[in-house]
Amino acid sequence: MEETALGLWGVPLAILAGAIRVSTPFIFVSLGETLTERSGRINLGLEGTLVFGAMSAYAVAVLTQSAWLGVLAAMCAGAVFGLLHGFICKFPKVNDIAIGIAMMQFGLGLAFFLGKPFIQPVAPKLPSIPLGNWSSLPQVQAALTINVLFIVGLILTFAIAWMLKNTRIGLILRVVGDSSDAARAMGINPNTVRLLATAAGGALAAIGGAYLSLFYPGSWNERISSGQGLMAVALVIFARWNPKGCLFASLLFGGAGALGPALQSVGVTQGYYLFYAAPYVLTLIILIMTSSPTTRLSGAPEELSLTK
Amino acid sequence: MTGTTSAKALSLETVGMTMRFGSFTALDDVSIKVKAGSFHALLGENGAGKSTLVKCIMGFYRQTGGQLMVEDREVSVASPKDAAALGLGMVYQHFTLVPSLTGAENLVISRNDVPGVISWKAEREALDAFIQTMPFRIPLDRPVRELAAGEKQKLEIIRQLYLGRRFLILDEPTSVLTPAEADDMLGLVRGMTERGDLSVLMISHKFHEVMKFADAVSVLRRGKHIGSGSTSELNPHDMAAMMIGDVKLAELDSRLPIKSEARTVLELKGLRAKDRSGLKTIEVEGLGIKAGEIVGIAGISGNGQKELAETLAGQRKAETGEILVEAKPYQATRQQSRQFRVRFIPEEPLQNACAPKMSVMENLSLRSFDIGQSGKPRFFLDRAAMRRQADALIAAFKVKTASPSSPIASLSGGNVQRAVLARELTGDVDLLIVSNPCFGLDFSAVAEIRARIMKARNSGTAVLLFSEDLDELLEMSDRILVMSDGRLVYETPARGADISIIGSHMAGHG
Repeated sequence: MEETALGLWGVPLAILAGAIRVSTPFIFVSLGETLTERSGRINLGLEGTLVFGAMSAYAVAVLTQSAWLGVLAAMCAGAVFGLLHGFICKFPKVNDIAIGIAMMQFGLGLAFFLGKPFIQPVAPKLPSIPLGNWSSLPQVQAALTINVLFIVGLILTFAIAWMLKNTRIGLILRVVGDSSDAARAMGINPNTVRLLATAAGGALAAIGGAYLSLFYPGSWNERISSGQGLMAVALVIFARWNPKGCLFASLLFGGAGALGPALQSVGVTQGYYLFYAAPYVLTLIILIMTSSPTTRLSGAPEELSLTK
Repeated sequence: MTGTTSAKALSLETVGMTMRFGSFTALDDVSIKVKAGSFHALLGENGAGKSTLVKCIMGFYRQTGGQLMVEDREVSVASPKDAAALGLGMVYQHFTLVPSLTGAENLVISRNDVPGVISWKAEREALDAFIQTMPFRIPLDRPVRELAAGEKQKLEIIRQLYLGRRFLILDEPTSVLTPAEADDMLGLVRGMTERGDLSVLMISHKFHEVMKFADAVSVLRRGKHIGSGSTSELNPHDMAAMMIGDVKLAELDSRLPIKSEARTVLELKGLRAKDRSGLKTIEVEGLGIKAGEIVGIAGISGNGQKELAETLAGQRKAETGEILVEAKPYQATRQQSRQFRVRFIPEEPLQNACAPKMSVMENLSLRSFDIGQSGKPRFFLDRAAMRRQADALIAAFKVKTASPSSPIASLSGGNVQRAVLARELTGDVDLLIVSNPCFGLDFSAVAEIRARIMKARNSGTAVLLFSEDLDELLEMSDRILVMSDGRLVYETPARGADISIIGSHMAGHG
């Protein structure tokens, strides 16, 4: 068997590869949610946006034979979902969490309905960069074949972190997230800022969906996401609303997710199913360890209904 | 740069300013003139129309009648933006700085012309140059939430000047400051007005501040302008008379001496608890309160008073130490508070001691609804008895409510406070823990609530009174303790206490 050439070294390598491969949608969704939550609103509907993004990316890629047009289509669809969420939440007495759940179901249902004809056809895949050609081992090559979107996600992480500190838009976003009153006193309309932040968050989340259908696993079906959009929202809290924290959390989560398959591939035949739960257990443990019954969450935007 | 220009103080005048909300006239033909470079105080009870007047000036409301003149020219202010463009600024009672942003970020983002990409190096140089022209220094690199209240208030004022505002409205600017901080801040503002950099209209309740710093006062009562004058011609007694009119205030009972054999009702030994941030601890080595005694806890908000009160109320866990009531360990369970007759009036009672949407009647029975006449627990409510009790308490404590079944949230602040006081002072009370009972209430409500607490004291209740208002503590307490940085750092009998010593302990310079 080929795998034996690496032996147990295959496990950390598989975890690294998994971290890169699995984390990409988490990076995009959690960055998007960070933008939205930094403006003081929660969009729980990103799971629906993610799946709808996956469907629309796949469908457009099939029809145009261009994966990048697929990504663009997903972004537009995601932005529309975000705009809808933001628009509804503008009205008084509307709860953003409830609307988010409704939007999630709406996105899922619409994606399943419109996506039926695209389960069979094959779409072009997103390109990736083989960074492992220096090695003769196929596992190393496979692990280091990095998708372009992962690199985009890396750049975006640092770009958003920079933007929050060094641009007018970034400061306005933080002002709105921290104090609607202060924002109004400055003549900023918090609802408009939140609308745009939710739209941007939706567009980013939909890119995560495009990655799912156009690269890994690389096909469209109704079980494509299995709750990744929801987990990404939890990751944002774990990352304390910090873009770099989102990147770290996504990588950690992706790596933990690769533990099960990696153990299976080196011949562990019993109990590896338990390790499939590793990312969830890890998230729970970390959330419990970093929480406190007596103190407030640090870094939480004050306007978030979650923390009020 | 907006701040470095040598703009001059503005004069402002309201002419026949009138504001009606439906059939209610909040402001009735008010004409006030604030001269350029003067420090003008605006006095009045709650609901006298002070905030309506300043909101009309600042463009939050559009007046129904009358004009606003700036520099003797009539101006039209339709929005806060218009007011800002004219150079009118306001510092609110509650901070409007964004807590998670640094001082520098707060200043820059409040400007109108923020560039798309902010070059922090250039901004910092400009800010440092601007700060050099100010009479005080503020750390600009720390998030605002880490600043002390006095520093925040100064930063609010600096921000207004940075934005080029030359007429400032200060809304009770010292309510969150220590006496020393307040003197410091108002002295600096006074200096700026004397140099002609700034005109100030200050809303205040504190006569000693008005007498010390303002040049002129105007008094509003029930929406009408009662009078104006220079502070050199008026005394606090005149001003109070103008503010309240001919209302008779409840008088405090004379203070009965504490019996020498009075038992200690509440005793704390080596109590430690974490504060809200979880980073600091509060530590109370020892504190005893006797029956028939009021012990006042002074301190600037955020120095552990709230945490101590919460620990006593069972809302916060003590890490170590003992709370003894009648010499027995006390865990603040419902059963124990009933057994030892401990009552609690937290600050902001509507949020902290009421179910806001439940009726006045239900809120009044929160202490007693679950026990029957025989003192046994009951399952079904006796609504008739609850109603009788509510009617009696509403009458006895003069709670103004449309009906006992209106939601308690519809009552005014003073009436919520009266209702909670009515509930907590019903029956025999051995220990009463009160936080800021008179915050934001008008003269007559304040006088009545203080009289009730004094009456409870004279009938043998041990009272622990937390207050940010030193005058209140001096008037009410037998002993005053100062809390600073989570510790009780100073104790003095209230009679003959020296405010400046208390103030320096409050500020942490013991």
